[in-house]
Amino acid sequence: MDNTKKVKKMMLILSKSTLDNVYACFILANGARMEGIESEIFFTFFGLEAIQKSRINHLHVATVGNPAMHIPTMLGGLPGMEAMATKMMKSKIEKLDIPPVEEFLEMLTASGSKLWACKLAMDMFDLKKEDLIDDLDGILTVGDFYARAEGEGTHVVFI
Amino acid sequence: MIEKTYAGICVSCNEEGYLTDLSQWNRQIGTEIAKEEGIEMSDRHWEVVNYIQDQFKKEVPLTIRKIGKSGVVDIKEFYALFPEGPLKKASRISGIPKPVGCI
Repeated sequence: MDNTKKVKKMMLILSKSTLDNVYACFILANGARMEGIESEIFFTFFGLEAIQKSRINHLHVATVGNPAMHIPTMLGGLPGMEAMATKMMKSKIEKLDIPPVEEFLEMLTASGSKLWACKLAMDMFDLKKEDLIDDLDGILTVGDFYARAEGEGTHVVFI
Repeated sequence: MIEKTYAGICVSCNEEGYLTDLSQWNRQIGTEIAKEEGIEMSDRHWEVVNYIQDQFKKEVPLTIRKIGKSGVVDIKEFYALFPEGPLKKASRISGIPKPVGCI
């Protein structure tokens, strides 16, 4: 294969913290490392919840406004529905040997993935560095993020 | 199926270079496959290879997470020992099929 066309680096932007989005992002980042591809995650807007110490173990699946859940919107809004759907998904995930969010972040760091928080979104949600996980590689502006995306074979994915 | 010669022994491989029969494997063959992958084998490498072969014989599917929890090696060292695709490279050197999982 032509070496110049190979994927060399995945820059993933995570802007949501529903479990499905978080896992999609983490599996892509980890899967890249497993193939010898560099990977970095930029946590912005609601994506910041996934690296917030106090929120990390309380992420949910959204049961409203998601037709693929096959739960009517009216029912999806009932108390306990989100918790139930989340419990079901978590048990499925565990069976597939996919780690819980906190452990997954540790795994990503150990694998050499870089984890970045978005400065603007942190200001918007009044978050301080201490509110975020210790393994964080730093806080970046959009410009910093693009600078890190330089080079051939880099792909930027927004989740 | 392709036949390849490592350490003077003819072994069967698939088109991606993974051995198709672990019983044909020996350390010299592992060492030569490792060289193709740019890896110089050390005692630590062999400890990981032993663990991987052991799991394969027990028919346990391998994931990075399992290896990290094996007590043999942590994830960081696993990546350092087998850079750029540790699970694939370590499996190939161990003479077992390419892992099929996404994690």
